[in-house]
Amino acid sequence: MSDVAIPYSVKPHPVTGIPNGKFAIWLFLASEVMLFGALFSSYILLRTGAPSWPHGADELNVPLATVNTMVLITSSITMVMAWASLKMGSLSKYRLYMAATLACSAGFLVIKYIEYSTKFHHGHYPSTSNFFGIYFTLTGLHGIHIIGGILVNAYLMIFTGMWKTDREHFENRVENAGLYWHFVDLVWIFLFPSLYLL
Amino acid sequence: MSVNANGHAETADAHAHGHADHGGAHHELPFWQKYIFSQDHKVIGIQYAVTALVFLFFGFTLMMLMRWQLAYPGRAMPFIGSLLTNGMPGGVMQPEFYNQLGAMHGTIMVFLGIVPLAVGGFGNYVMPLQIGAPDMAFPKLNMFSYWVFLPGGVVMLSSFLVEGGAAQSGWTSYPPLSDIATKGQTVWLLAMVLLITSSLLGSINFIVTIVQMRAKGLTMWRLPFFVWAQFVTSFLLLLAFPPLEAASVLQLMDRVAGTSFFLPSGLVISGEVLKVAGGGNPLLWQHLFWFLAHPEVYVLILPALGIVAEVLANNIRKPLWGYRLLVYATIFLGFMSFVVWAHHMFMTGMGTTMSTFFQTTTMIISIPSVIILTCFLISLYGANIRFTTPMLFAVAFLPMFAIGGLTGLPLGLTASDIYLHDTFYVIGHFHYVVAPGTIFAMFAGIYYWYPKATGRKMNDTLGRIHFWVSFVAINGVFMPMFFQGMAGLSRRLYDPTVYAHGRGVQPLNVVISWSVWLLALGQLPFIWNFFSSIRGGVKVSINPWDSTTLEWAAPSPPPHGNFLTDPVVYRDPYEYSVPGKATDFSPQFVEG
Amino acid sequence: MDSTHADPHGAASHDAHGPEEIAKHVRVYIMVFLSLAVLTGVTVGISYVHLGSHWMNIVVALVIASIKASLVAAYFMHLISEKKVIFWVLGLTALFFLFVIFIPMATIGETRHFSDPANSAAVVSAPHH
Repeated sequence: MSDVAIPYSVKPHPVTGIPNGKFAIWLFLASEVMLFGALFSSYILLRTGAPSWPHGADELNVPLATVNTMVLITSSITMVMAWASLKMGSLSKYRLYMAATLACSAGFLVIKYIEYSTKFHHGHYPSTSNFFGIYFTLTGLHGIHIIGGILVNAYLMIFTGMWKTDREHFENRVENAGLYWHFVDLVWIFLFPSLYLL
Repeated sequence: MSVNANGHAETADAHAHGHADHGGAHHELPFWQKYIFSQDHKVIGIQYAVTALVFLFFGFTLMMLMRWQLAYPGRAMPFIGSLLTNGMPGGVMQPEFYNQLGAMHGTIMVFLGIVPLAVGGFGNYVMPLQIGAPDMAFPKLNMFSYWVFLPGGVVMLSSFLVEGGAAQSGWTSYPPLSDIATKGQTVWLLAMVLLITSSLLGSINFIVTIVQMRAKGLTMWRLPFFVWAQFVTSFLLLLAFPPLEAASVLQLMDRVAGTSFFLPSGLVISGEVLKVAGGGNPLLWQHLFWFLAHPEVYVLILPALGIVAEVLANNIRKPLWGYRLLVYATIFLGFMSFVVWAHHMFMTGMGTTMSTFFQTTTMIISIPSVIILTCFLISLYGANIRFTTPMLFAVAFLPMFAIGGLTGLPLGLTASDIYLHDTFYVIGHFHYVVAPGTIFAMFAGIYYWYPKATGRKMNDTLGRIHFWVSFVAINGVFMPMFFQGMAGLSRRLYDPTVYAHGRGVQPLNVVISWSVWLLALGQLPFIWNFFSSIRGGVKVSINPWDSTTLEWAAPSPPPHGNFLTDPVVYRDPYEYSVPGKATDFSPQFVEG
Repeated sequence: MDSTHADPHGAASHDAHGPEEIAKHVRVYIMVFLSLAVLTGVTVGISYVHLGSHWMNIVVALVIASIKASLVAAYFMHLISEKKVIFWVLGLTALFFLFVIFIPMATIGETRHFSDPANSAAVVSAPHH
């Protein structure tokens, strides 16, 4: 559509050593660090300011969340394997690993749904206390990030035409989607102990 | 606005363009792709600029209404008052409506006016040209940024129409008042989420473009100062905005899902205890808000400093004094702006240790600001100055910005802030920075780059009328506010005459209000000039100001893809009056 | 970032990710995955043990989480072999991250009473909801 060819949109820049897309995704992740940093800061501030704060394990389902952590870690390795398969030249393996990633992400959301509905069933809502407020807000926002990742990954799994026409570009896209996905995993790695275990 | 009158030139140019490792036939883009959902940074820049100017004027209009109430409290407003039946029944302004106008004036001016104009408009249009790039690194993302910004703005304005009217808790939206305010506040938060998203996407695009897409020979130390300013600004947007996004999400949860992140326990409203879980901390919002909003102040001023640097260098006809010093000062300024935010919170009882910390950082951040201003002043010394219309605005910027900056010092010191906090003195202080400061720089930029965007110059006589009326009027608006503030008059007062100390300075309110209305009249020549010059302005060459930076190597208006041949940079940005040269300017793009 | 000046001396053939190289990486990925799984088990297990004080539990849990996060960032996100410009950005971000976490915390010393229910004197007189 655009007539203008943008330099370094596929090939790495000779000085920085990275293409535009990879730089952009890291900048985006930097802003995400600040987003979740501010939310963690809020959590700390509210918790240290509160006269009492429930122990996460007493209110939330730790076994279910542990399973969910494993599911998300698994999705991270399948994501990186999908990218590695592309690099090794196998589109079919890529698709397989990508499908596994999507299955894990869907599984994560299903488990999250079970957790949420149990909480609602017991009358625990965001308005119940600041503990539940923080719990629902942080996991909810994380869940939205998961959904975003699912959309991107599903698109990359289904529409692979670019692999034949512009292979390096496609590999870059998968790598960038992977960076985002690992970051979502990374956020969960901090959310899990701070909400459930402490 | 005509951006690219000559479609054939565009097609020919895209072929000639050297980066071409692409195939595909060129074709004339349909109207909606060329002007509406355009991916051309210049069209997007103009979309941003025009939208932002409209929003700026709208925000100014809100203030004109408020000034009636402040000058003549409780008196019915003739003509216009009778049109606003909801907010001003019988022409008399209601307190709630006054609060809405105040909150929306601030929000619109900052988030819908100046930032989109300075970064979205000027940054988008000028920056890729100045670095010799064919476009932004991500043209589609750039288009997307605009089309997230515009709905954000529309949603923000639409909040006037919801039940209970627009947000009325000030542009700072402090809880607990904002938590329990009418529905307009929820709309405000949703609009902010859109606007923040747009800014984030834009800043990513800017940083990647500046780092990756500079023309051959254009090292970082050869960048025009405007590009440096945009570069630092983008980092501020990228890293400071997310905490406000977090805060907006938390406040949305408070308002929509009933959480009490910002609501303390036992809050009593109109004699009744609020039925929420409680345990929240209203100061949490202030921390997150100011974590953004103080860097935001520098987002407002840095692009303005960039524009002033360009216009000054061009009109003093000699190199800008202390270019590297300017760049270092700007980077330091950007960095420090992240550790000064709580000087807005001296009155919250956060403790003397932290107050002293923030007082110290605030004093430190004034140093780079003074360095920048000093570099500009030394540049003027001994110069044979050309007083073109853009130069008038740029020169006026210097003392105005100085007044704004220096009056900030008493606010940054805890002892004097106790007295001045939340008075009209504060209003005078920051308006000197952003109104005769930033907005004057924006005007300078518009007059300066208009010939690049259209191939025609704006009318000089109208420009001079615009300048002198604006200059006199705007000082009439903001100078008296310092006296009112020192007399103790609080900001955000619906009726200042309810207090004895307010009645003493009430005549100044009449002066201010009439100055505001005069200022509005002064903008009419500009508006006429801006639109009529598109077709009626004097046609000029591609480098009418005899300038040295890369944007003047492109045709006016530049075609899609910008340059006819890939520009190569041979020298520093401001080589004016180099001894032994035939002309008094040596452009970056000319060899030898 | 002054090292990022643009004088293109041809597209550098930087690609360190040849197929053989990748095959070696895969083994590392699996090791990282296993470590993450073990560490998850450890952090859950240790949370049921009282380590003297609640603070000790917090510190241990956060240290384990940081190790896990570092593994993900270093190997899955290839940060271990990343370019300088990315480190500049992330270093800056890390610094501001520390500001946003610790500075608000440092100011609550004298504002804690806001969230204390014993202190229910906060009165706002505004029109009802």
